[in-house]
Amino acid sequence: METLTNRAKPVDRRPMNFWEKIYLPAVIKGLGITFRHLFKKKATYNFPEQKRPFSPVFRGLHILNRDEEGRERCTACGLCAVACPAEAITMEAAERKPGEEHLYREEKYAARYEINMLRCIFCGFCEEACPKDAIYLTETFAPANYQRKGFIYGKEDLLIPFPPIENQSATEKL
Amino acid sequence: MFLEISAFLVIEKLILVAAILGISLFIAMYSTYAERKLAAFIQDRRGPNRAGIFGILQPLADGGKLFFKEEIIPEYANKFLFILGPALFMITACMTSAVVPWGSTLHIAGRDISLQVADVNIGILYVFGVVSLGVYGIMIGGWASNNKYSLLGTIRAASQIISYELAMGLSLIALLMITGSLSLKDIVEQQSHGVWYIVYQPIGFLIFLVCAFAECNRTPFDLAECDSELVMGFHTEYSSMKLGFYLFAEYINMFISSAVMVTLYFGGYNFPGMHSLHVSPNMLTILGVIAFFIKIFIFLFFFIWVRWTVPRFRYDQLMKLGWKMLIPLAILNLLITGALMLYPHH
Amino acid sequence: MSLPVILFWILAVISILSAIGVVMAKNPVHSVLLLIVTFFTIAGLYILLNAQFLAVVHIIVYAGAIMVLFLFVIMLMNLNASGEPQKNNLVKFAGVISGGILLIVLVAVLKQANTGMLAEGSDHIGLIQNLGQALFKDFVLPFEVSSILFLSAMIGAIVIGKRE
Repeated sequence: METLTNRAKPVDRRPMNFWEKIYLPAVIKGLGITFRHLFKKKATYNFPEQKRPFSPVFRGLHILNRDEEGRERCTACGLCAVACPAEAITMEAAERKPGEEHLYREEKYAARYEINMLRCIFCGFCEEACPKDAIYLTETFAPANYQRKGFIYGKEDLLIPFPPIENQSATEKL
Repeated sequence: MFLEISAFLVIEKLILVAAILGISLFIAMYSTYAERKLAAFIQDRRGPNRAGIFGILQPLADGGKLFFKEEIIPEYANKFLFILGPALFMITACMTSAVVPWGSTLHIAGRDISLQVADVNIGILYVFGVVSLGVYGIMIGGWASNNKYSLLGTIRAASQIISYELAMGLSLIALLMITGSLSLKDIVEQQSHGVWYIVYQPIGFLIFLVCAFAECNRTPFDLAECDSELVMGFHTEYSSMKLGFYLFAEYINMFISSAVMVTLYFGGYNFPGMHSLHVSPNMLTILGVIAFFIKIFIFLFFFIWVRWTVPRFRYDQLMKLGWKMLIPLAILNLLITGALMLYPHH
Repeated sequence: MSLPVILFWILAVISILSAIGVVMAKNPVHSVLLLIVTFFTIAGLYILLNAQFLAVVHIIVYAGAIMVLFLFVIMLMNLNASGEPQKNNLVKFAGVISGGILLIVLVAVLKQANTGMLAEGSDHIGLIQNLGQALFKDFVLPFEVSSILFLSAMIGAIVIGKRE
């Protein structure tokens, strides 16, 4: 059979010779390997002080974006919910009333917008589907919670604050 | 009469006993830290580094945690024996230190103070006897837990320790043929002017070392507790400080067996070039003690190093190694030693 | 009373009490553990006689090896107080007779035995050097014969173990 990689090694079932039988050379070889590892660079990050950088394509928690004037971009078209393979997104649309023009950009907006972070697979399809550039995936991840309902993120959790707060993730749950 | 003792001697020995116990407990405490740190380094991790600088207070934190854990005694356990087990294991672990010569003599206030608690003329046999009693702590604790895993661990521990004691004893006999004395003090003094006995007894030392690993229940011979198969073997049911005693006694055993190996094969408190140093005898004794402890630390490092390198033996491999390899090898070593000793005379 | 005498009495009392306990204990594991205590006190008595080698060998061989095997078997068989089989009267009767005969023999031997004091200054007789001299000079033939006995026992064990 042709192998995918040529790294496969056939199992050696020959009986052990004398040097293999007395174990000691192999043990000493192993000791040498572990001794070398004593001085190797440690792979650990000291987590709270030192954070591992995310890769540039990392997809984390979602945010709902606003435009330059601070109005919500989302028009509750539902394309993100349709695109979502995990069916994690639900929303309810509402019509913009007169006098709310500074809050919502279009005539229609999402009155309720929920993402279930337990269902979400962070594929980023919602981001691609959105015609209004309203939803984005950030570089944070959902913090732990004691209850399932804590993982259902509502609009208040997802919407980035306005004006933007410096040095604080918009979606951080306090 | 050998029981005529002066008050000075009693005080002196009591101080010495307290000091040795304190030091061995302290070293055992920090061997747990060293174990965790070295394990981490070997596996490219950092190890405990939160309690104090470099995690130096970690053993205290561990001890505190064990003290505050809930004390659980299983309902169907034999209560008296359940408590007796860890206590016995701890006592036997500490007892061996009595005959180890920790240093030569100190001259303080006109008195010669020997840095050895008891120079009995059967020193090695005493060590051997105490080691053979160590198994009772395991057996009693494991049986009293009334748990199948504990009983299996107990049986493994007991048969392992008995099997390896034989090879250990045989390897020692070859050494004793050279020394002609069972007193550890004499053995160290003999190495003071000649070469260390490792040169005369390399095979004997190797057998002794392997057996020491087995007697201490250290990986690769930790079948008594093997966490992955027997869920800690004989101390499955133990919690709180009783568990702490079992774990801690293992490190004391390691420390003491390192001390015994250094004494027997690596010259004890002697160090190269000690006779050409021009210092006062007291200074020389202190340097000797330091040399002794450095050698012990090297052995402790070796114990830990091997643990994180070699995987556990299978049970039949363990028995095969003990009975079919080490014992014949030890007997062969005995015969060769005897032949070489008789050869110059004929 | 001097220190050795006090120690002797303490050890003797513990020794006898634990020996009685061996017979009286309902749980066989307790019996074995009490027997180990007895061995220890006897080893203590040897030390009082300055027979250190004998004391240590007593502990290594009896407490360290033989009793471990006893304990081993008893633990594996899971004998406990409730599972003790009912002995019928015939067995009890036979036990009393054989025990009584053993007692008579022991008493007779002890009556005849020479229990004179050791000569003054001979308290090093139990030390290892003297013991070695005695074993390999005066009693070399019985010693070697008994070692052949052990060898044959070992070979027998291997033969039994090899036969599948």
